[in-house]
Amino acid sequence: MYDIGKIYEAHTVEEAVNLRLEHPEAVIIAGGSDVLIKVRSGKLAGADLISIQGVDELRGVHMEKDGTLVIGSLTSFSHITADPLIGSCIRVLGEAADKVGGPQIRAVGTVGGNTCNGVTSADTASTLLAYDAIVELAGGTEDEGRTGGNAENAGGQMARNPGAGGADSQRRIARRLVPLEKFYLGPGRTDVRPGEIQTCLRIPVESYENHYGFYIKFGMRNAMEIATVGCSVNVKLSEDKKYLDDLRIAFGVAGPVPMRAHETEKKFKGAALTAQTVTEIGSSVLSEVHPRDSWRAPKNMRRHLCRTMTQDALCEAVRRAGGMIAGMKADQDGARDFMDITLFPDAGAADGQE
Amino acid sequence: MNRSQAPQSGREGFMTIGTSVPRVDSYDKAAGRTKYVDDLCSSRALVAKILHSNVAHAYVKSIDTSEAEKIPGVVGVFTCFDVPEWPFPTAGHPWSTQKDHQDVCDRHLLTRHVRYYGDDVAAVVAVDEVTAIHAVQAIKVEYEVLPFVLDPQEAMKDGAVLLHKKYPHNILAHTRNCHGNYEEAIREPGLVKVEGWYDTPTVQHCHIENAECFAYMENGIITVVASTQIPHIVRRCVAMALGVDWGKVRLIKPYIGGGFGDKQDALYEPLCAWLTTQVGGRPVKLECTREETFANCRVRHAIRYHLISWVKPDGTLVARKAECYSNQGAYASHGHGVNAKGMNSIPQLYPCPNIECDSWTVFTNMQVAGAMRGYGMPQVTFALESHVQDICEKLHLDPMEYHRRALMPVGFTDSFSKNELYSDTFNEVLTVGERAIGFNRKYKLYRNQTGRYRRGVGFAAFWYNTAVWPISLETSSCRMILNQDGSVQLQVGETEIGQGADTAFAQMAADTIGVPLDKVHVVSCQDTAVTPYGTGAYASRQTYAAGMAIRGCAEKFRQKILENAFPYTRMQPYLMDIADGNIIRNTDGRKLMSLGEFATMKLYDRENNEHITCEKSTQLKTNAYSFGCGFAEVEVDTQLCRVKVLKLVNVHDAGRIINPALARAQVQGGMSMGIGYALSEKMLYDPKTGRLLNGNLLDYKLSTPMDHPSLEVHFVENPEPTSAYGTKALGEPPVIPVSPAIRNAILNATGVACMEIPMRPHYLYEKFREAGLIGEE
Repeated sequence: MYDIGKIYEAHTVEEAVNLRLEHPEAVIIAGGSDVLIKVRSGKLAGADLISIQGVDELRGVHMEKDGTLVIGSLTSFSHITADPLIGSCIRVLGEAADKVGGPQIRAVGTVGGNTCNGVTSADTASTLLAYDAIVELAGGTEDEGRTGGNAENAGGQMARNPGAGGADSQRRIARRLVPLEKFYLGPGRTDVRPGEIQTCLRIPVESYENHYGFYIKFGMRNAMEIATVGCSVNVKLSEDKKYLDDLRIAFGVAGPVPMRAHETEKKFKGAALTAQTVTEIGSSVLSEVHPRDSWRAPKNMRRHLCRTMTQDALCEAVRRAGGMIAGMKADQDGARDFMDITLFPDAGAADGQE
Repeated sequence: MNRSQAPQSGREGFMTIGTSVPRVDSYDKAAGRTKYVDDLCSSRALVAKILHSNVAHAYVKSIDTSEAEKIPGVVGVFTCFDVPEWPFPTAGHPWSTQKDHQDVCDRHLLTRHVRYYGDDVAAVVAVDEVTAIHAVQAIKVEYEVLPFVLDPQEAMKDGAVLLHKKYPHNILAHTRNCHGNYEEAIREPGLVKVEGWYDTPTVQHCHIENAECFAYMENGIITVVASTQIPHIVRRCVAMALGVDWGKVRLIKPYIGGGFGDKQDALYEPLCAWLTTQVGGRPVKLECTREETFANCRVRHAIRYHLISWVKPDGTLVARKAECYSNQGAYASHGHGVNAKGMNSIPQLYPCPNIECDSWTVFTNMQVAGAMRGYGMPQVTFALESHVQDICEKLHLDPMEYHRRALMPVGFTDSFSKNELYSDTFNEVLTVGERAIGFNRKYKLYRNQTGRYRRGVGFAAFWYNTAVWPISLETSSCRMILNQDGSVQLQVGETEIGQGADTAFAQMAADTIGVPLDKVHVVSCQDTAVTPYGTGAYASRQTYAAGMAIRGCAEKFRQKILENAFPYTRMQPYLMDIADGNIIRNTDGRKLMSLGEFATMKLYDRENNEHITCEKSTQLKTNAYSFGCGFAEVEVDTQLCRVKVLKLVNVHDAGRIINPALARAQVQGGMSMGIGYALSEKMLYDPKTGRLLNGNLLDYKLSTPMDHPSLEVHFVENPEPTSAYGTKALGEPPVIPVSPAIRNAILNATGVACMEIPMRPHYLYEKFREAGLIGEE
């Protein structure tokens, strides 16, 4: 039995925005995999809820003419993983979404909820961050919609023809774009303002074209897990595949919110693909990450994981990009679970005689 | 000897025993039709919620319930000042008529002396759950806070705060098991000393169905419907707690969603029963949340071992010392039995001329430890089999050869229990396991590896026994009732808790009476108003103890039918038999009449009517060893500090296997529990408050199917001579060898000897840094 106050149901973005304005204290609920847990644990006991489950226009993935990939906020993890556009353009996001919880959670949990929840461990957040994703929000007052700062944050863009599903509502609703990195205000806090809902996540073409990536989730078990540390790396290689033309490294649980290792990225853009570079990149991120000590895992261990996982994810991203890392031994290479290394050719298969 | 791959057909004169017939409850369980406690409870029942203390050790000075009582929908608020004064026991042991063997009475329904973080101080009964929660939150408690202690060795020290006045130094019990002369023996020149401390964690059973019950009164009888393994014992605990005649309490146990020993204890049934008496007998439901199941039910004892062995350079064991410190938590529950069982296995598994074992079970301000699958053996086997590997490492001995030499020999008889090792079990199971995993070859191949990813193999043998004799009474009762169609109702006090007991019982009854399996109707639900006395599901005694009652009853039942068949068949009873549901003439095999024809004629016979029923109460005065071993192959990522289990093999000599498919499933379930125990499961407590930090299924890292390798099971079948159907323990043992096997495999892979479980990345990170496998920043 859940201690819920009132439930308001929206079927369009406009209805959702109106409900947000009418009931500023009410909490938005989409899939419910985060909100219901908070209701049950007491943090949101007795809360009024605005359900946007019925706002079908926020569901699905499509590509705009300029190549921008638009992911509706209500798209579930399992649909993201199965989506052909995601698979061909930003495969890593589908893989990251597939690491969330278990099959049931992935069927109800949404990518919008995963980002709006504001937690640092969200599996899709670090990967979206590595793709320079932009958050679109609908609603708010005209003033807020025009705030120059926000437009600036989003690189001066204002959505001209917004709406994830393409069909705009009858009344003109203000839309606001915020880079995902700025969207996080602090642990559990995101820049969703009164009267607003998140409508979609936008990935510009230059963020994914010719980029290859890999996400590693470190947990204490292989399913039903929240990341102890998450690391998502994207690379773009030079034509001869010997240099890092572009490098983006994002982390979950390396700080209070999902974060990028911008200094390291800048420093190693253009670097030659060698084992030395990989080692240096791993060490370099240590000056940027600042995980905390908790009973879940000590700080020194998380730092060690950040370094190791950066190297592992980088190696696998390079491999996906068709590159080779000079001087790297096969059994030092990252992401072992995904590679076919025979340690003991003469040991035979794990199965012995029956 | 390995029959696990044998064709699925009857053998040795049995029709169904030895075959993988489907579970008798499988179709309803698969279809979701099976009814559990919550399905049986009226939606109009009142709901009870408990106020748990938010301090680890304190006296309750006062409780203000006035705000809670004002909330609409609250029926009653009850505190530790309202409940009966007398203490009661909770352990799921048969009662003892000898006072010094009785379970410790140290619980109150609600307590004025809070002894762990989460102890029960007040309860609310309300019309629904949300109202009850609001009322619990509105209760104000004033505590006189006391110092608390979480570690057993700290709790034993002079000056440590006392939990129970009757127990100085917080020691619930201390027992010894010594022979020879340890101090004298270790003076022998040339001995090598191997010493280690081995630590095991507090873990929880994590049965799927939380602890749950509801209670109501009818015609003066207090009825409790509970998710329990031990209905007859809980009935007694409830009556003792309430101070009512035992016959005034009726306990009903429907199907349950697992127990693993947690439900081998009176949990909240006594409180729920008392609450219904306080609200005029209206139905009251008390359902633990998952968090309460973690924080307020029972846990496995965390036991710390200090082992010292003195061996000759060839490995011959000359003297051994063992100290076992068991963390009992706040109340006695199953108490010292768990630690003592583990300790007493040490001199049996590896006979040694000079041995000195001590075990202490110590109260601390932790939650209460009770029974859990394996009852002390997973703990001691981690310590002992790790230690044996450490001896082999130190002396450069081959562990396989060492085990074969040092383990209990054939013919060994324990002087106390009279258990005897009748077969060459250890050599047989080690041979099967060695071949299954290729141990001898891989053990050498995997030594001295370099590089990031390393593989290893390891194994462990284990000791177990089947039932509880002669520590406690062993008894089982069975009733059979013949229906007009020749089918049979079967009732026993031993309970189905998901392990498949009903199916095994039906197979036994069908084969002994001589009817097809579908003519046996097991009454799965135990109801103390109608079910013959049996102590329930615990130890690994179901097929052994209930098997004796079933066979005794079935033979008597069969004889009764044959004696009564004379008027209809004109044949002497000794000329007849029952086969495939028919009464036959055994001289020529002719079918005389069907059992259905006989039953109908007899029941409606106007001259000689009788309802054919049979009941048999059986006492056991034997017990049976049940041994085996487990093998593991792992791959260790030395940089991410993770262990991937590539393969696990368990080999059991559980005597005759009644149902191979169910037996394999039971072993695989235990191996799964073993993986979590070895690598990830640990209840974490805040040292500043004593609060459980990870009491939920997210933060408590139960292993999932994604963490499981292929789980390979083999049986070596040496039928147990003392057993009605040749069976012996299989329910608990599968969990036992897994953690030391994995630990020894990690050692083989990396050279790092882990001294505690779980070997989670946190621990391995520190160990690998110490060993120089991980570079500093």
